[in-house]
Amino acid sequence: MLPRLWIGHEPLELERLTATLDGPDAGGDGAVVTFLGLVRNHNAGRSVRYLEYEAYEPLALKAFERIAAEIVARWPGVSLALHHRIGRLQIGEASIAIVTRSRHRADAYGASRYAIERVKQIAPIWKREFFSGGDVWIEGATADPDDAGARREAERIACA
Amino acid sequence: MRVTVKLFARLRDIAGAPELTREVAPGATIGTLWRQLAVEFPELGAYERSISSARNADYARMNDPVSDGDEVAFLPPVSGG
Repeated sequence: MLPRLWIGHEPLELERLTATLDGPDAGGDGAVVTFLGLVRNHNAGRSVRYLEYEAYEPLALKAFERIAAEIVARWPGVSLALHHRIGRLQIGEASIAIVTRSRHRADAYGASRYAIERVKQIAPIWKREFFSGGDVWIEGATADPDDAGARREAERIACA
Repeated sequence: MRVTVKLFARLRDIAGAPELTREVAPGATIGTLWRQLAVEFPELGAYERSISSARNADYARMNDPVSDGDEVAFLPPVSGG
């Protein structure tokens, strides 16, 4: 059985990840939302060749656990499975897989969007983009899990 | 006191190593350690306002104290997903 939350080098398996949310109490659920984030062949006007992801793995896993707890607090009854891949990823490969499951679809959709927004805010993971002519570290958000404003922003996007 | 410093992404490139061991004075904070590193590797200075830090694999604040044997990580802005 796969863990629900994971970070590592192996390719992501969406069906097996989805199965981690099966369980004796899952019969009351009516919705599963799955999300895959893929490596795109272009970014900011650059022609991307491939990406290399790295992470502070123990802290990344704790960030995922935190996101799962936030989701349970905001959407009671929603369960989350989230895997992030690191290492070299080719164009079209999945870097992140998110599965949310709930009684009704609105909660699973909202929690799915919230999860990806929070990963981008607080998970200690970095991508290095190798493009035609060079490479660059992509730097997004300053990670601060206690930043209530960032959390509200993720919630606003999730519920838009 | 001796601490292990972990650096990621561009910070690691600047320092030329993913992990360093450094001596810090008693009473030092994570911020003290950062400023010490920024003297050693001036290019780190550009990250003064945008880094996060962690102590023993938990998010921390720059004014948190460090203890002998701690693992302190400095994290540039993240880009997962």
